[in-house]
Amino acid sequence: MILVMARAATTADAFNAVAEPRRRQILDVLAGGERPVNDLVRQLGLAQPQVSKHLRVLREVGAVDVRDEGRQRLYRLNGHALKPIHDWVKAYERSWSERFDLMDDVLEDLKQKERDDGGSD
Amino acid sequence: MAAATSGTATVTLPADDQILITREFDAPRHLVFTAYTTPELVRRWWAGKRGEVTSCEIDLRVGGAWRYVMTANGGYEVAFHGEYREIVPDERIVSTEVFEGAPESEVVNVVTFAETDGRTTLELLTQCPDQETRDAIMGSGMEGGMQEGMDLLEQIAIELHK
Repeated sequence: MILVMARAATTADAFNAVAEPRRRQILDVLAGGERPVNDLVRQLGLAQPQVSKHLRVLREVGAVDVRDEGRQRLYRLNGHALKPIHDWVKAYERSWSERFDLMDDVLEDLKQKERDDGGSD
Repeated sequence: MAAATSGTATVTLPADDQILITREFDAPRHLVFTAYTTPELVRRWWAGKRGEVTSCEIDLRVGGAWRYVMTANGGYEVAFHGEYREIVPDERIVSTEVFEGAPESEVVNVVTFAETDGRTTLELLTQCPDQETRDAIMGSGMEGGMQEGMDLLEQIAIELHK
C-alpha cells in the first residue's frame, strides 16, 4: 500500500507536467524526433521564453532529454520516463473496461428483452 | 455474450482535478441509462472483476441517495455513497460520490449518454476537489491492477501444482 502511494505521488508530478496542453503539444512534436528549440518555437507559435519554461518543466520530470550540439540545444522525448504515467492511466482504464464489459452483457439481455416484448405486442 | 463490437474504455485527464472516462456501447441510450441506474443491473457490472456487489441502493431523484457496497476478492469491503443533484432521464446524471474509506473527499460525477445510430457513448466526468484526490483515485486503479496481477499469479501457481 505504501509502495503504491509512493509511486502514485511521483507519477502524479510527472502527470501534472504532461497534462498541460502546450506541454503535450511539445511532446507530440518531439514524438516525431529530436528537435532544436527554434523548431519548437516555430511549430507551437509561442515566444521562446514560454517554450523554454515548458521544456524546463518537462526536463524536471524526465519527460524530455536535452543535449548541446554546437550552438544548438536539441530536445528529445524520453519514452521510458513516460511509461509509468501511461501504466498509471492504463490500470485505472482497465478497471473501468472490466466493468463496462460486464455492462455489455447486461445490455444484450435488455435488448433481447425489448425484442421479445415487441414480438408479443 | 458481450457484443464483439463493444468499445474499449478510454481515460483522459482534462484538468489537474478531473478524470474523464469514455466508452461506446452497442445499445440505444435508454437501455444504457437503465443498466446504469437499476440496482439489480448495477449489481451485475459495477464490481468488474474485482469482487461482488453485496448491496446497491438507488433513489433516483434529485436529492435522493445512492449507496454501493462491494466485497473485493481479497475479502475486504468497500462502500461508496452520494446524492443525486441532477437527473435528465436517458441523458444525464449529476451526483456526488464519497468513498467511505476516505469520507473527507467528495467528488462530483457527471454522466452523459449520447446516442448515434443506435449506439451510445457514455461519458463519465469525475470532478475532484483537488489534484491529490484525483491522484488517489487514479492510484486506486493501480492498486486494483496489482491485486489482479497477484490473483493471476496465484491461479497460475495453483495450475502448475496440479
